Amino acid sequence: MTTDLVCIDGLWVRYNAAEVLRHVSFRVSAGDYVGIVGPNGSGKSTLIRAALGLVGAERGDVTLFGTPLARFSEWRRIGYLPQRLKFFNPNFPATVEEIVGLGLLAGRRLPRKLTRGDREAVEKTLVIMGITDIRKRRIGELSGGQQQRVLLARAVVGGPELLILDEPTTALDPETRDKFYALLQNLNREQGSTVILVTHDTSSIGTYATRFLYVDKEIIFNGTFDDFCHSSEMTNLFGEYAQHLICHRH
Amino acid sequence: MVFTEILSYGFIQRALITGSLIAVLCSVLGVFLVLRRLSLIGDGLAHVTFGSVALSLIMGFNSTYLTVAAIPLVLLSSLGILKLTEKARIYGDAAIGIVSSLGIACGIILASVAGGFNVDLFSYLFGNILAIGSADMVIAAVLFIVVMLAVAVFYRDLFAITFDEELAKCSGVRTSVINTVLVMLTALTVVLAMKVVGIMLISALLILPAVSALQIARSFISTIIASCCFATISVIIGIFGSFILNLPTGGSIVIINFILFILAFTLKHARKGRN
Repeated sequence: MTTDLVCIDGLWVRYNAAEVLRHVSFRVSAGDYVGIVGPNGSGKSTLIRAALGLVGAERGDVTLFGTPLARFSEWRRIGYLPQRLKFFNPNFPATVEEIVGLGLLAGRRLPRKLTRGDREAVEKTLVIMGITDIRKRRIGELSGGQQQRVLLARAVVGGPELLILDEPTTALDPETRDKFYALLQNLNREQGSTVILVTHDTSSIGTYATRFLYVDKEIIFNGTFDDFCHSSEMTNLFGEYAQHLICHRH
Repeated sequence: MVFTEILSYGFIQRALITGSLIAVLCSVLGVFLVLRRLSLIGDGLAHVTFGSVALSLIMGFNSTYLTVAAIPLVLLSSLGILKLTEKARIYGDAAIGIVSSLGIACGIILASVAGGFNVDLFSYLFGNILAIGSADMVIAAVLFIVVMLAVAVFYRDLFAITFDEELAKCSGVRTSVINTVLVMLTALTVVLAMKVVGIMLISALLILPAVSALQIARSFISTIIASCCFATISVIIGIFGSFILNLPTGGSIVIINFILFILAFTLKHARKGRN
């Protein structure tokens, strides 16, 4: 029997008086590529932030790799790319190389120094992400797309089994966005990484994701993209024309 | 007067050694504090130090024990700031303001009870590095080793929470522990630094070298190294300069720091202009 990588059961999240998520339950198994979509303010980001313990839940259980969140310590198995850094300082004096190296903290004993193997992993990741030419540049000097690639490199450098990405393509131009999706698909299919991707880009994610979650404070739909395209719930929600527009690229 | 002659004085040697050790401590921690927008924590803890110095003077501690006696109270206050921020959800600057004003209020009341401001308290307010004795130098060396060892052990964790606390948390860094370590190391450093530049100017030693380094450094580690260089240079020039020109040493160190900041700022903009 395989253990679910993520198991969320009956999750409720509230910010002050506002209910953000109500009774959300879903599971993610090894090898899944899950796309989470929904309108603005639907609680998509809150859902994954709650799954990572960055937001407190009012009720419900989160289990990561079979361990309850409160006791979970194997963070090296997870790579996380946030929608944006909470307090990003454009004058932060760290190079691309230094930031990518920060992805190799988990599971190490203090003082968590980089080993030769770690430096090789950083080198390899810089090459894969196509950012070797900017390795010595300060993160604040880069464009939004380059910064996003650096943060993705930080998330994948440790070879995590589960990648959680929150709207990673927002700052990317269409060409870079397609390359980014191809890279994720490669990580999912060739290296067996499980991917959870929060996005607004419904039609693109339909091409790549194996499962599709439509969230609007609760889970409205959980299934394959094909099922989504033929679902009457979605027709009721979007209308036939919008549903066709979302699904036609697939 | 030649430099070798100045250097032959024991009090100048002690001032240079102790001042440089404290300058390095302040400049290393300063980088983390400035980037985490906690620059004024030094100022707040310095005000608490004022209160604990007044208390120690009333209790009759001599100058050397006074430094040691101030440590527990300042450590407790640093934890107070952290808890006010984390648990009571008060903004960091407001928490620093609360603890800072409480410290200075206690200091004023205690000084008044003791019969008003005296020369001792005045020397702690504005610093008197040239009066540092051998025992002070030993205390500074021990605390230097403790703080630098802690920074070395937690360096990558400190770097991670400084870049982004949430990402650090998702990398398994125990952010509350590292925040506690950072404020406690700052508290120890503030107590030490009060003899160099005085309670009123401690935050300058924490902030200025780091801000100067941020103007020119290209990486995180080079920011820390540049910050150490700026701070040490300012202490050395400040001590020699104040001795030769008969000026207050603490104030001179801060002014040299400010001149270095202006130079770094100009260099940054000259570089930008060339590019």
